[in-house]
Amino acid sequence: MKKTLTASAVALTLSMFAQAASAEGKLSLYHWFEYIPQEMLDRFAEENGIEVTMDTYDSNEAMLATLKAGSLGTYDLSFPGDYMVKILGDEGMLDTINDGELKNKANIDPQWIDVPYDLGRNSSIPYQWGTTSFSVNRDLFKGDISSTAILFDPPAELSGKINMLDSQGEVLTLAALHMGIPQCSTDRDQLKALNALLQSAKEHWVSFNSDTAKEVLVTGDAAAGMIYNGFSAKGRLEGGNIEYAFPKEGLIAWMDNAVLLKDAPNRENALKFMDFLLEPKNIAELTNWAQYSAGVLGADEFLTDELRSTPENNKPDSAGPSVFVEACSEEVQAVYDNIWTNLKK
Amino acid sequence: MAQAGEDIKKYPGFMGITIFCLLILYAPLIVVMVYSFNESKSITEWQGLSLKWYVDVFVGPESAKFKEAALNSFSIAITAAIAATIIATSAATGMLRGGAFKGRGLSFALINLPLIVPEIVTAVATLIFFSAIGFERGYLTILVAHIAFCIPFAYMPIAARMQGIEDTYEQAALDLYATKAQAFKRVLLPLLMPGVISGFILAFIISLDDFIITNFVKGAGIETLPTAIFGAVKQGIKPNIMAISTMLLGVSIVMVTVSYFVGKSDQKK
Amino acid sequence: MAGGAASGGSAQTDTFKESRTWLLMPSWLVLGFFILIPVLMMLLYSFLTKEFRGGVIWEFSLSAYDQFFFDRGLFGDEEPSIEWTYINIFWRSIWQAGAATILSLLIGFPTAYFIATRPAESRQMWVFLVTIPYWVNLLIRTISMKFLLRDQGPLNDFLMAIGFVDSPVHIINTDFAVQLGLFYSYLPFMVLPIYAAVERYNFSLSEAAADLYATKWQTLRKVLLPAVKPGVIAGCILVFVPSLGSFLAPDLLGGAKNFMIGSLIEEQFKGNAGNWPFGAAASMILLSLVMVILMISARKSNKGGEG
Repeated sequence: MKKTLTASAVALTLSMFAQAASAEGKLSLYHWFEYIPQEMLDRFAEENGIEVTMDTYDSNEAMLATLKAGSLGTYDLSFPGDYMVKILGDEGMLDTINDGELKNKANIDPQWIDVPYDLGRNSSIPYQWGTTSFSVNRDLFKGDISSTAILFDPPAELSGKINMLDSQGEVLTLAALHMGIPQCSTDRDQLKALNALLQSAKEHWVSFNSDTAKEVLVTGDAAAGMIYNGFSAKGRLEGGNIEYAFPKEGLIAWMDNAVLLKDAPNRENALKFMDFLLEPKNIAELTNWAQYSAGVLGADEFLTDELRSTPENNKPDSAGPSVFVEACSEEVQAVYDNIWTNLKK
Repeated sequence: MAQAGEDIKKYPGFMGITIFCLLILYAPLIVVMVYSFNESKSITEWQGLSLKWYVDVFVGPESAKFKEAALNSFSIAITAAIAATIIATSAATGMLRGGAFKGRGLSFALINLPLIVPEIVTAVATLIFFSAIGFERGYLTILVAHIAFCIPFAYMPIAARMQGIEDTYEQAALDLYATKAQAFKRVLLPLLMPGVISGFILAFIISLDDFIITNFVKGAGIETLPTAIFGAVKQGIKPNIMAISTMLLGVSIVMVTVSYFVGKSDQKK
Repeated sequence: MAGGAASGGSAQTDTFKESRTWLLMPSWLVLGFFILIPVLMMLLYSFLTKEFRGGVIWEFSLSAYDQFFFDRGLFGDEEPSIEWTYINIFWRSIWQAGAATILSLLIGFPTAYFIATRPAESRQMWVFLVTIPYWVNLLIRTISMKFLLRDQGPLNDFLMAIGFVDSPVHIINTDFAVQLGLFYSYLPFMVLPIYAAVERYNFSLSEAAADLYATKWQTLRKVLLPAVKPGVIAGCILVFVPSLGSFLAPDLLGGAKNFMIGSLIEEQFKGNAGNWPFGAAASMILLSLVMVILMISARKSNKGGEG
């Protein structure tokens, strides 16, 4: 009896040491490539004794496709954009964070708590956010850029020199803002008008390109083009004379979020990582690296002065509202798909 | 006579076209090389000479990922190319030296199937299939998928070559009491070599550059060079990718030079 | 025998007839498992109902094929008329791929021939020279090519400097740029098979033709080409077929203003549409089309061998 007890005690102690020596657990992230500095991941891994692995996708839709095709259950956290959080939620792919499970939930900037795609933040936390509108190359165009008419009803000198992002959601949302109609409208006349607007605007567009949106503006191949604020800032810092626009009709706000996936294999570690991302210092480090904006209280004071004052992150009061791209219902989405196909056929 | 013999091969303008062709192929690479030394983060605005991107590639924070991705890409490409070439050679021999048989047309269709099906379709379907049979995603899934779609690319040059080889040599060998294996190994295969090598090279570069299928069937933590590069591009194109590409170019040129000298010494033997 | 020698060799024989099954088994297994089954799955999917945002619902439906062939208006409830949209997209991709194949042939054939007629030691080197660029990722090379071809890019600067043109030649974002992009993506696939075939060619045939007072070009057309036909056909297939489904280089260089088959299908799986059955249906239609083309070419290549 005594021998067995000692043996089990030894075994237990040994196993405890073994566990402490090896990783206390794992964490599996599904993320964009180069969207988080490796040092942060390494620091988190060391501080918590957790082994972090990361798989990458190159678009929200690709992520959804792989999750649907069978990879759900192999990742703990993913980093979808705003409308994709709603879609994942509707698909039942998100896990709920119960009250109290997230220690740092109070750090979330109040304006980002009740976001339309996750009211009350039951499954997600802010990661980085920014805006999407358009920029112009000031060497080529000196006119007023405070309206989305630059893209949809351009002055003659810009015709044939406009690049659009190759993204259905963003193009259609900006068009809806331009027309002043609601997103996901079910009104037939409005939808027909939307279709007509895009058809007529297309003649002035030279290309649909997301990957080289920054390069075409910097080189002047495009005099005007849709672009994310972060990319525009990068282009400006590379020497391009480009100015980001804050149209009076409004512009698109986007936010990437960390979400807890359903059937997460390491749920507890996932929550730890979310808490990690909600520490002002950590998220500021990420923001200084990625050069967008954080959604966490207190992060601002740790940002570099340059980033805080960059014009692309500071919307003037004269600008219109920043709206998220909405995920529409099935019927409206079908019409949107038809409109997009009409545009690209 | 020797003079006439060489002359018969020359066609006016063919050399010019070849040079032109090479120019088109290499011109973008010059851009890549030049901008890998760019001081700024731009790939379009030149702002001075700097080696910082090469430093970044070797010791920068993301360098480990790119190194691993490169290693994965190359190991997968070589393995897949070898496997695909062997399978393709075997298949070509069966198709072209196996006489007529009922399933011949279907076999041909099957061999070329990966060519015809759009990559995204193969990618999604393969992922679903792998999940259904519980094949855990990782290095092996990528390798297997690559071998499969490299086969037609290896097959085509080999088959084309084989069609130009009369079977008289093999028949002669068999008449001289060689076994089938010997006839293949010592007679057909050497004659087939340029086709086999061409097939291997095609399979290699197809595997090296594959993005879509790899993206879908890779497992967590595995990157190949294309997935790493595509992913990096989404965050804004930076010259570090140019630096990596230039280095790859350097490696390949070294290998070619080596093989040239090896070939030369071989010839002398 | 003489007939066989004239055409450069026999197309098919039965030297290894007994081992045939063993020889073909590996390819049947690998392809059967990892390509055929997924493709059959997709065929199945094309007859199912689409699930919102991707995936399928296991309910039989012809709506995917219906969407391809019939136009029911913006809201899907008008009287059906023929849907030309997708047929046009297919047609556009076919002729772009065809043009790219011809371009590849025009440039690739002389290149392959030239390489095959180099002294033996340097042949490998030339082959590598042609394929080294492909070690660098296609996306990078295509982006670089994009900036070479710009209106204010180095190419136009050069052309204007030598006085070839007065104002910049507008190449980027045109159809020609798309074909250039396809040519650029698949050139080695044209060159290598032709090279392998020409390398085998017996030049004494050309000499015989010359003795019979044939001009060089006649010899090319009537003696060389028939002999290396399998290589040429292989090259054309390896360029044409992948070009049909390609969209990366075409989109980057052509401006992405119009769907190619590849981008259309990609959009179904990776875009907002999330319409997998439709993507599967379009793929099946593409597959059938290409099968037909392949069968025609297989027949042609067989005829050539026996003739």
